[in-house]
Amino acid sequence: MPPIVQIDDLVVEYVSKERGEGVKRAVNGLSLSIGEGEVFGFLGPNGAGKTTTMKVLLGFMPPTSGSASLFGTDVRQPIARQRIGYLPELTYYYKFLTTEELLRFYARIFKIPKAETEKRINEVLKLVELEGARKKQIKTYSKGMQQRAGLAQALINNPDLLILDEPTSGLDPIGRMKVREIIQRLKEEGKTVLFSSHELGEVETVCDQVGILHQGELKEHGPVADLVTKHGTHLEQIFLNVVGYATDSESPTEVEIPKEESP
Amino acid sequence: MNFSAIWAMATLVVRELYRRKDFYVLFILTAVITLSFGAVNFFNEGGIVRYLKEICLTLIWLSSIAIAVMTAARQIPDEIERKTVLPLLAKPVTRTDVVLGKYLGCLLACGITLLVFYVFFAAVSASKDSTFQLVSWFQALLMHWAMLSILIAMALAGSLVFAAVSSNATIVLLATGFILGILRHLNKVALMQPEPMQTILYTAYFCLPHLEFFDLRDLIVHSHPAVGWWPILLALFYADCFTAFFLVIACVLFKRKAIG
Repeated sequence: MPPIVQIDDLVVEYVSKERGEGVKRAVNGLSLSIGEGEVFGFLGPNGAGKTTTMKVLLGFMPPTSGSASLFGTDVRQPIARQRIGYLPELTYYYKFLTTEELLRFYARIFKIPKAETEKRINEVLKLVELEGARKKQIKTYSKGMQQRAGLAQALINNPDLLILDEPTSGLDPIGRMKVREIIQRLKEEGKTVLFSSHELGEVETVCDQVGILHQGELKEHGPVADLVTKHGTHLEQIFLNVVGYATDSESPTEVEIPKEESP
Repeated sequence: MNFSAIWAMATLVVRELYRRKDFYVLFILTAVITLSFGAVNFFNEGGIVRYLKEICLTLIWLSSIAIAVMTAARQIPDEIERKTVLPLLAKPVTRTDVVLGKYLGCLLACGITLLVFYVFFAAVSASKDSTFQLVSWFQALLMHWAMLSILIAMALAGSLVFAAVSSNATIVLLATGFILGILRHLNKVALMQPEPMQTILYTAYFCLPHLEFFDLRDLIVHSHPAVGWWPILLALFYADCFTAFFLVIACVLFKRKAIG
């Protein structure tokens, strides 16, 4: 079965806005493949290149070199985005709309027939637990509700692939738990999910596979259980080891990391 | 091109307009000023009617220009600032679709606004003047709408050049003021200038959009007979050319803009 997401030797460079910094490389030779029904967690510190990779997948920016495809179609073709749902980090949706109107707006973009739109709206609002607030304007929503409205818009076209950029960022523990539950349910439905997060526990719970990105390079990649066995420690320590934080003797939270086993 | 997406974005802009207060405030202001002037009767009957029509139409022009420019100027910057452009562009939508959807939405929103204003004007005119001419009224409305189309496209293109909504709106409003007030006389000024200033001014005179072509206020204020339809069609074509020119610029700039 062909992969849902295929990235080959991806390089993304951009001109830095900082004076004298010139061209910076955000992603450096990234190759990745995500199969159908997998939940893939993208880990990495801020500036590691996670969001940039997602931006390339969504066609927001072109790759400097290498290639990326979704469902076998080059990401630069708008049709590649027909079967995906995307939730950006902290978005403020059209405040003057109700969630129902917001979902109708996005459904129209996907050319979903009216009867199916209404059915789909009911389904996704039930999934994200916003049925009671469907006729309220988004400006009256809490942050958690807005994020769930965002998830609803990402699901309106019943996508086969979901790309979620830090979906629990800025949410309280209950909000996080609800979003996590939704991802779990989507996983059970067989959806392919690619999401980035700083919450390592969350990734460990939800993901089949993880990739740890650091300075634009994929440092570790594989099923969580395999990585834990390979390194003989939990995901958080593997992450700290990969990003080089634990080896810093000046670090305020110095931790002892076991030596890496040879592959 | 995703016409369904273009239409969805257009209806979103119209919905935003009637859920905001701008339009209502300007309409009520226009109505109150016009009606209070209409209540005063210190001129002879013919004079007061023309005077009232002129005031009402001037207020409609000012209000509609403000609504068109402000609405168009904030569309794309607001999408970028609120980050709603990200889920939007993550759908099967091109950036050209977004620009066209925003343009169409602003045009429809301004069309509805103009219709409300002109119906109010017709009601005021009909109450004071028995010689109300429907064809002239319709031609003035149509030409006014065509003029707003150029301004909307100009403001959309400007919103991709200037970072702040306020600076873009101010520049477009100043440019509109310049075009309506000075451009029509620029050829006479050019004639008195030495070279190369003469050529520069003449170039500006012929290249900038002559918005005054679309001002048919005198036609209805003085109850003149309607203009022939050929000059109207020609003026609409002229408006379409400038609108298309600014929209192409907007599409090219938006395609090059880094998002996110």
